[in-house]
Amino acid sequence: MGCTMGLALQTKGITKRFPGVLANDHVDFELRKGEIHALLGENGAGKTTLMNIIYGLYEPDEGEIFLDGKRVEIRTPKDAIAHGIGMVHQHFMLIPVFTVAENIMLGAETSRGAVLDRRRVAEQVRELSKRYGLDVNPEAYVRELPVGVQQRVEIIKALYRKAEILILDEPTAVLTPQESEELFRTMRELASQGVSIIFITHKLKEVLAVADRITVMRAGRVVGTVSPQETDQAHLAAMMVGREVILTVDKDQAQPGAEVLRVENLHVADDRGVEVVRGVSFSVQAGEVLGIAGVQGNGQTELVEALTGLRRPLSGSISIEGHELANASPRRIIEAGVAHIPEDRQRYGLVISYPVTDNLILSTYYLEPFAHHKVLNYQEIDRHARRLVQEFDIRTPSPYLQASKLSGGNQQKVIVARELSRPIKLLIANQPTRGLDVGSIEYIHREIVRMRDAGCAVLLVSAELDEIMALSDRIAVMYRGQIVDTLPASRATKEVLGLIMAGVTEHKDAPV
Amino acid sequence: MDWRRLGFIGLIILILIGVVILVGGSRVPPLVIVVSMLATTIAVATPLTLGALCGIYCERAGVVNIGIEGMMLASAFFGWFAAIYLNTILGVAPLPSLLAGVLVAILTGGLLGLLHAVLSVTYKVDQIIGGTVINILAIGISGFLNRQLFFEKGSIFGGQVPHAPGVLPRLRVPLLADLPVVGRIFEQQPIAVAAILLVLLTHFILFYTRWGLRTRAVGEHPRAADTVGINVSRMRYANVIIGGLIAGLGGAYFTLESVPSFEPLMTNGRGFIALAAMIFGNWSPFGAWAAALVFGAAQALQINLQFFREQIPPQWAFLQQAYVVGLVPYLLTMVILTGIIGRTTPPAADGVPYEK
Repeated sequence: MGCTMGLALQTKGITKRFPGVLANDHVDFELRKGEIHALLGENGAGKTTLMNIIYGLYEPDEGEIFLDGKRVEIRTPKDAIAHGIGMVHQHFMLIPVFTVAENIMLGAETSRGAVLDRRRVAEQVRELSKRYGLDVNPEAYVRELPVGVQQRVEIIKALYRKAEILILDEPTAVLTPQESEELFRTMRELASQGVSIIFITHKLKEVLAVADRITVMRAGRVVGTVSPQETDQAHLAAMMVGREVILTVDKDQAQPGAEVLRVENLHVADDRGVEVVRGVSFSVQAGEVLGIAGVQGNGQTELVEALTGLRRPLSGSISIEGHELANASPRRIIEAGVAHIPEDRQRYGLVISYPVTDNLILSTYYLEPFAHHKVLNYQEIDRHARRLVQEFDIRTPSPYLQASKLSGGNQQKVIVARELSRPIKLLIANQPTRGLDVGSIEYIHREIVRMRDAGCAVLLVSAELDEIMALSDRIAVMYRGQIVDTLPASRATKEVLGLIMAGVTEHKDAPV
Repeated sequence: MDWRRLGFIGLIILILIGVVILVGGSRVPPLVIVVSMLATTIAVATPLTLGALCGIYCERAGVVNIGIEGMMLASAFFGWFAAIYLNTILGVAPLPSLLAGVLVAILTGGLLGLLHAVLSVTYKVDQIIGGTVINILAIGISGFLNRQLFFEKGSIFGGQVPHAPGVLPRLRVPLLADLPVVGRIFEQQPIAVAAILLVLLTHFILFYTRWGLRTRAVGEHPRAADTVGINVSRMRYANVIIGGLIAGLGGAYFTLESVPSFEPLMTNGRGFIALAAMIFGNWSPFGAWAAALVFGAAQALQINLQFFREQIPPQWAFLQQAYVVGLVPYLLTMVILTGIIGRTTPPAADGVPYEK
């Protein structure tokens, strides 16, 4: 398909400099009408910058944009919208306290005079829903909708503005695998009705599954454009990173030692008071990785919070090397040798407004040598930070940069550096690579295996089946607050795990 | 407005009226007391209502405004000065002088709103500091000019405070105001009436118009508004200025409607109580109005108790001290702000400057 069709959008020589960074370096990009064009690249490769230029959020320093073969100036999002360009941002631009209809019409209100015509907007939304198979209720409040539905609202928002070109910035980063599948169906439906789609991502598999063509960017430049038929994951990864990337994790047979973590009959409630962990028992031995698989929201978050002292369990026992630590404070748990890579790195992993130096001592600041008689020793803290920045390859211009200014991958490295640089016996990693690029994922995976081989017990919680299967020695599946099955990695296939995750079990092994 | 809040508000007003009936019921029929309390409540709630509406426009658009007090004080002074100047020096008739005074007060508020917008939207000054600047500026300017213009020998009024053109006349709601006894409630001065109309109008604007939708959007999620082509700065400027104009009208209440004189610091914290009313009313016009009525009732209690001073039983003698009763509105503010009556949610981007 495609070759005979015209170009919906074309950029020529787009260049954008930020202080100290060449974010886009003479970027030429072509989007055909009605195609799904994936824009692939690591974080910081310049994908989002290019899209922000096309959407009028940034002005390019050089270069031209053509729509339908005609040169256009796009200075503001308003211009972009007027030209039929819609963008679904990675962080949704939705107002939680507004209804779906209000969010959709905002800025392009359907009204009689100055008065909003809510009924007509609702009708228009329903029509668009029906036409493109995007099911939403226009009267619902956005804050009550699951993420996947919010994304649909964003897409309808663009279609309501008569978008013919739709930019989706990392749309799957926040979705479950099922929601992603549904999004892909929607994308194909939209494309078949003539909408041209730019799909920004760094997930190789998705690109191969859904894109008609793939353009790869690296360090602000276009590396090349390929079709999914003529490429594969390894090739794309190499184009993205600029070198061969090891997509499979290289590891030897585990050498399990003594039992480190033992959880018995643990019950935990969530914020609403609903019991979401219902009698979980398992153990992790030194030198092995126990993976906990499961669809998000089956109690994994609360389980990890209970293990790390962030949430009081209702009942049950958590012991580390025989010491009972249920209900212990996070500090006591940390001092017992537990490292934690939290699920939400920006909220729980870092003090986002602190510099890297301070973030690196969050769990040890009160100990010698960082503190001496309650006074911080900045010389030591500085030395510590410089050492870790080098050792863990944290890419930052200075150790004093605010953590919020780092890329996601480097933020995660700060957390990993802090947690793994002190003597630990148990590593609890919850979604450690969510939203990271291939290079960072490879790095984090290697670190986890390194810790295992050094004799550390590892509890890995992840919604990514590939990650679980690549790293774990044993795999436990959580479903509705219980561990429904535990199996050795050698017996686990994607199909088997997928069935167990969906709650289909014929046999029930005793929890280990 | 949830029912718990409304219930609480009704209860407080009933208690306050009940106290006055207990004290004065032997001298005046209870119905007369109830009517008198309600009429006074509506009147004295006026600056609180207008102040709260000012806060609602500003904060719904994402700009915290603690300068309402200063906006009202400065407006009270300049409105009053304009009215007196027109009346005594230029010889304009009292009513046109008063109306022109109201206009000047409104514009003074608008100007201070513009100042607040410049500080907080363009220069992204901490909005609490910006509001404080306005409060201090208003105290200084009104106090200084008051002394210079009226009390200094050789000033335009020659060191004599001239007779003011009086206060704005009462408006009568046709028919309702003619009812026996309760008719008094429907006989109010123009700014009090305007305040009630503005409550209705603001509710309509905020929740039923394009302007309101966009205003709330920039107060909740300015970036989202920006990405759909709404000019965040312009919306914030406009709403803060509108808020200032309304606070200016609130200021006019003090010197052109309530009493025909100006005293330094005469707003007496009413701007801050208005802020409390806005918060208690959960940033909604009706809620804020109801809260303003509670504070108004507390003040009405004070006014009515003074009237019944001799009737106060000896065991309640402490109520004879004006300051004891005068504390009630402030105590109520504190109780309400502790959040005992349920939590309120401010606009998500309230007080956060927007950086592109």
